[in-house]
Amino acid sequence: MNKGLFEIAKNENIAKNAWKMILRGDTSAVTKPGQFINIELDGFYLRRPISVCDLNGSEVTIIYKTVGKGTEYMAELAPGVKLDVLSGLGNGFDTGCCGHVPLLIGGGAGVAPMYMLARDIIAAGKKPSVIIGFGSADEVFLEKEFEALGVNVFVTTVDGSRGIKGFVTDALDSLPEAPDYHYVCGPEAMMKAVYSAVKCAGQYSFEERMGCGFGACMGCSCKTKYGNKRICKDGPVLVKEEIIW
Amino acid sequence: MVNTSVQLSSLHLDNPVIPASGTFGFGYEFAELYDINILGSISLKGTTREPRFGNPTPRIAECTAGLINSVGLQNPGIDQVIEHEIPKLSECYSKPVIANISGFAIDEYVECCAKADKVDKIGMIELNISCPNVHNGGMSFGTSCQSAYDVTKAVREVTKKPLFVKLTPNAPNIAEIAAACEKAGADGISLINTLLGMRIDLRTRKPVIANVKGGFSGPAVFPVALRMVYEVYEAVDIPIMGMGGVSSAADVIEMMLAGASAVQVGAANLKDPYACKNIIEELPKEMEKLGIENLSDIIGGAH
Repeated sequence: MNKGLFEIAKNENIAKNAWKMILRGDTSAVTKPGQFINIELDGFYLRRPISVCDLNGSEVTIIYKTVGKGTEYMAELAPGVKLDVLSGLGNGFDTGCCGHVPLLIGGGAGVAPMYMLARDIIAAGKKPSVIIGFGSADEVFLEKEFEALGVNVFVTTVDGSRGIKGFVTDALDSLPEAPDYHYVCGPEAMMKAVYSAVKCAGQYSFEERMGCGFGACMGCSCKTKYGNKRICKDGPVLVKEEIIW
Repeated sequence: MVNTSVQLSSLHLDNPVIPASGTFGFGYEFAELYDINILGSISLKGTTREPRFGNPTPRIAECTAGLINSVGLQNPGIDQVIEHEIPKLSECYSKPVIANISGFAIDEYVECCAKADKVDKIGMIELNISCPNVHNGGMSFGTSCQSAYDVTKAVREVTKKPLFVKLTPNAPNIAEIAAACEKAGADGISLINTLLGMRIDLRTRKPVIANVKGGFSGPAVFPVALRMVYEVYEAVDIPIMGMGGVSSAADVIEMMLAGASAVQVGAANLKDPYACKNIIEELPKEMEKLGIENLSDIIGGAH
């Protein structure tokens, strides 16, 4: 974990209620996809934990949804503003065990960390398939970016206004071949459905209201088959076999 | 050169800054960030006889200038703390630490404190009779003089280590509770634990915290904590550890003027993992600015 100032290089609206922010600073603590950063905002007591979408040298990209006062405040921030950031938090995804035919599934804001994960897996010589799920067409983001990576991308929308109508699990039949490993990030109900529908091993990234974000307060604990874990420090990624719903 | 050292019962502290229980884990994880030996001491995560998972999540709700927590005393139990956590902390922290002990019945407090009494690394016991997040325990011992007296007296019989009792601000008269603890043999008083509070999510129209209510802490509670330290200082002759929203060296000095011999930093650690380090580095400069040579000279100076 690092604490330091990051300068906003870009902060733009990319879909309904979704914003992409590029932050410039010391990114040395960000080592794995699925990690998150914790951002201090003026006038808010707790930091805002947001997962890393991409990393390029001294630039880290995040995608956040405006879901409350804090993220609405973030959306107002202009390039040049400096933010106090704790970076390199959480365990992140382990790409070492991803098999030959990995499947990446993201839902809503949970699509964001799948981008860096896909990039890393491709860099390791594998060709992942990606399913990204949203509510409707105006909420869809990162589709083109995934396509540019050269992976199979399947978009689902609940109302059917784009891609396959339904949930991410409704895209499973469209996959070119059955996955031998999977990675998931999204709302808990979505992850639960994926957990039942996809039979191979995998990793799931969880979200929880956090106090500190670095393991001190026990605010985001959960029970797993391998004992109690802190989502912020021992997670947010849990392996499928340890999850207790 | 100013002198930041203070005497807290039989413990001599290099400075009065101590991370508060529940905001610093068992300390060793902060040692990855900086040399934690600069800390006056460390109040360890609240410990019970049995291991506890604590309350359901969400356990955290943000507030203006603070937060509500409803962790519910998650801890691995006193035996694990003694066997694993304290030895791990000892590898990176050379000073005596403060064991924060909680329970649901007097015999649980007694059993934990008797075990803690045998551990050399533990320099002080902080009896937590003020946790607002558990039922039939914690705070219920700290809201009446008789039960506060009874649990303090029972624990006093099994430990010779300095015994501080951590009090709740959710008591009708905290000064009377402090006096009851002094009468029962306490060596000092810690105050305040969190204030009972809640938040409601406007979208779901339901409480944010799974357990509905939780303990409110952070800079917003500092004036309340300061007032209570001031009142307790007048009611007892034993030393006080002051806490509640302390976030700067100036806050530390203000707490000491109200009557605190040492000061704990809680919520600030969650916002900034370097909070205690920054306060400790700021303290001599703040003292020089205010013309304070010996920090211990100002304890209770506002009375």
